[in-house]
Order: sequence, then structure tokens, then C-alpha cells
Amino acid sequence: MAASPASKALALDHDLPLDSGQSLSGVEIAYESYGELAEDKSNVVLICHALTGDQYVASAHPITGKPGWWERMVGPRKPIDTDRFHVICANVIGSCMGSTGPASEASDGAPYAMRFPVITIRDMVRGLVALLDGLGIERVHTVVGGSMGGMQALSLAANWPERAERVLVIASTARHSAQNIAFHEVGRQAIMADPAWKDGDYYASGPSPDNGLAVARMAAHITYLSEEGLTEKFGRRLQNRDTKSFGFDADFQVESYLRYQGSGFTQRFDANSYLYITRAMDYFDLAEEHGGKLADVFAGATSRFCLVSFDTDWLYPTAESRHIVHALNAAGAKVSFVELSAPNGHDSFLLEHEQLDRVVKGFLE
Amino acid sequence: MSISQLRPDLAAIAAHVVPGSRVLDIGCGDGALMAVLEAQSQVDARGLELEPAQVERCVARGLSVVQGDADSDLANYPDKAFDYAILSQTLQTASRPDLMLDELLRVGKKAFVSFPNFAHWRTRAALMFGGRMPMTRALPVSWYETQNIHHVTVDDFRELARQKGARIERSWFFANEKEIGAPAANWRAEFAVFELSR
Repeated sequence: MAASPASKALALDHDLPLDSGQSLSGVEIAYESYGELAEDKSNVVLICHALTGDQYVASAHPITGKPGWWERMVGPRKPIDTDRFHVICANVIGSCMGSTGPASEASDGAPYAMRFPVITIRDMVRGLVALLDGLGIERVHTVVGGSMGGMQALSLAANWPERAERVLVIASTARHSAQNIAFHEVGRQAIMADPAWKDGDYYASGPSPDNGLAVARMAAHITYLSEEGLTEKFGRRLQNRDTKSFGFDADFQVESYLRYQGSGFTQRFDANSYLYITRAMDYFDLAEEHGGKLADVFAGATSRFCLVSFDTDWLYPTAESRHIVHALNAAGAKVSFVELSAPNGHDSFLLEHEQLDRVVKGFLE
Repeated sequence: MSISQLRPDLAAIAAHVVPGSRVLDIGCGDGALMAVLEAQSQVDARGLELEPAQVERCVARGLSVVQGDADSDLANYPDKAFDYAILSQTLQTASRPDLMLDELLRVGKKAFVSFPNFAHWRTRAALMFGGRMPMTRALPVSWYETQNIHHVTVDDFRELARQKGARIERSWFFANEKEIGAPAANWRAEFAVFELSR
């Protein structure tokens, strides 16, 4: 983990109340923005990032130097056109790219670590709403998010319906399933089983629990891909060798790939943030927050909704999107939905997909 | 696009939807009817369409369209959620047109249904003299490729409506892209449009 990168940041002048009943003081929300803000502030597109995403949606990541995570979607003349829209993307609270999270200093000057309160998706959105308030933006043209970003977009629409004119939810869900929770639990246990984790108290001295975090990332990464995609990309091909080693090196290309993904991830992400954010996702159940019936969540909604799923996404399969669409229909909300065909599973929303581009561009028109 | 540019059956429907009403267009295709209804009659239109590419076109023109199968997905709409449920040239593709009609009249206070008439004289002639499944202007696809799995005639539809206790409010018939009178419609009409209530 490197030091906090230099994003714009808003320091909240009030404590942030949390679903747990606790509150968070001294909150900072780090964000990036792209494109000119219209005089009447009517052209704001708020982009919500996924679990391990950040505010660098269309600019280089300060640690890895890699291009923004959705640069193919966001920019001049791209589907989310920064010549036309003022795009805002903020780091969620609990994360580690400048917004307040477990690595941030508590009032006693030491990092929160596991003293950081458990947060929810709605708490993250509270942070985003506070940011909009701070920037004087009453209503965004569109809130858009994929995966956990979609959960935030849904949560904003459900809890602050007047804040977004359009809501675009890609490859997401209204609740975490047992299988979703199970995979996250594997990741958390891998982190907590790493001796370097030390009950979360690793910031001051000693190594970070990189081994545990890397395993967590490897397990999660499998859920982002499709079997077809893995088979096509790696098959049973061996990594830089002609025969099996009869050992436990990364004989197979797929092993080598996952190890690379895991170790790369540890350079840019904090293990405790991973614990907190996965927990928030596991707690997410939009219907439960509103008395158990998803249709009630959206009663009286005036926003326009668009949901997109991918046919090979087994993390948040099409049925989850349809579930939301049915609730929106029952509530009489304006909703569009399309299942797109793509070979790459859940990750498809981040990859080249012309039809997705046309849907996103069209919905924002 | 204006009413006059719509397919004749859609134009007849568009001309008779009460302005300001709520409409569900089932099998809405590229959304041509919905777009005209929203622009000219301040209708609150929603669509259901099976083909993702068509849904994408609808979304791109700002319409609210859900990708799904009318055979199974109508069940998710509440009773009488719409003033009109519209089913244009889709009834004959349903796995159970009779159940589809029930669903139309459940989700909509009224329904518009249009379909190609299998008893049109051209179709009869093609079968009688050709001895082969008809391929006509109205039914251009060969029997093994067509999505029309339940061919229906004007008289069959009237009988189904009667059995279902649906009242035929109005009807329109078309041949050669023009409206024709009701007499001998079962023989003369290429396409029919019915407005139903229950």
C-alpha cells in the first residue's frame, strides 16, 4: 500500500450516520471529475465503482499507472461523453484510495484498523450524497454503476429517489445470494488466516497480509470470469514449460495468471478495506431494508431505470436483474432491461462490448 | 415518425389509443408504435420485446422496454396496470394464444390485438391450388422457419374472444395496405385489428 494519492477530496463538515447506529466523524471523500459542469448543474453523471475499483474511472491510476478502469466507456465522444457530461466518480468510504477507511487515522491519531465501523452499501451512498451536497448538486442526470456500483445506484434510487433522474445498473443485484456471501467469506478467511494480518493491526509495523489478500483476490477473480472464457484463454496449457513439474509451481497458465492477478492487487489495495467492503456487499439486501418486498422499495419512483445483464455472468446472473425489473414493473416505474451476450462472465461490463456502448449512450441521450 | 408512416395495423391502433393513457406494447419490435404514441398522444408507453437487438434500439430512442418473453413474463405485471395492452402481429407466435389473451385482458383494461388472417383468399387459394403451406405477402416465411406457430383466422379470433368472455369493442380490417369494410372480412382481410375489453 502506497500513501494516499492526490485526488480532489471533500472533508465533510458533519458526522456521517451509519446503518449500524454508529457514526463516522472527520470523513473525507476523494473523487475525480471529468468534463465541464453546466451552469445549471444539469449534466452530472455520477459513476459508482465496484468492490476493488476507485475514483480513477477515466484517468491513470496513481499507483499502478494503468489507464482508468472504464476509459473505454468514459471520455470525449465515448458513450459517457465528457464533452457533454460532467462525470463524477468518488472512492467509497471503507476503501483505501483517499476516502475514509480502515487505514485512515482515527481521532487518536492511529489508524482505525478493525475499529473502523462495519458499513453498508447505503452508508457508502450516504457518503456520495454528502459529496453531492458539498458540491451543490441536487440532482444528477444519471447515476451509473456496474457490480457493487450497481448496488449503490439502486440504493441511491431507493433511498434518495429525488437525487437521480436516470439510474443505470449493469451486471448487478438487489441482494447478495448465499453463493455470493460464500465466496466473499473464503476471501475474508484467507486474509484473516495470514499471520501478517495481526487482527488488522498491521499498518504501523511489519508486513501487510499480502498473501492472504492475494488468495482472496484469486478466489474472487474466478467468479468474475466464465468457464468458457477461462477455457478459451488458458485451457490446460502449461506455463513456460513442456511437461508438468510434479511439484507445486504454477505449472498451468491459469495458475500463473491468478497468482499474477493476486500479487498485483496487493500493491494497490488494503486488506482491511477488502474485509469491510465485502461485508457491506454481503449485508446488501435492498428489499430487507424496506420491509421485505422489493416492489415497495421503488413505490412512487419517478426516475427512469435501465438494467443490463450478461448471459455468462454467474456471479450476478440475469435472473437477479430480472428480479429487480419485475419489482420496478410492479411499482409502475419506467424501466428498460436487456440481457447482452458476452463470453467473459461478470467482467464483461468492463470489456469491449459494442451493444453495451450503444445501450449506455442511448439511455443517457 | 408520424402515424401515417406506421404499418396500417399499428396506425389504426395509434389512432384509437386515448391520449394520456398507460400502454404496454407486447412484442414492441423497434418501438415505432411506442415512439408515435409518446410523441403524439402523451401516452406513458412500456414495451416487452424478445430480441435484444430490438430492445437496444428502443433504449437508444429513449423508450422503456424490457427484454423478455411474453409467454412467461406477462405474469410479472400487476392486474390492470395499463389502460391498454397491445399485441401486434404476435398472437400467432404465442405458445398458447388463448392464455395470452387472458393475460392481455388481465394487465390491460382494454386490449388491441392485430394478426395476419389465415383465411384471406390468397392464403386459401395458395393451399387449395398449390397444395403447399401458403407463402404470401402477409405470411412470407416457409412453414419450417416461420415463428407463426398458431395460424388464426378472423372468425377463429371472434370465436376465441367469445369463449373468453371478451367483448369486441371495435375492429378494423386491411387488404393491400388499405382499410376495408367488415363484410366478408374473414375472406377479404389480410390483416385484422381488434379492440377488446372484459
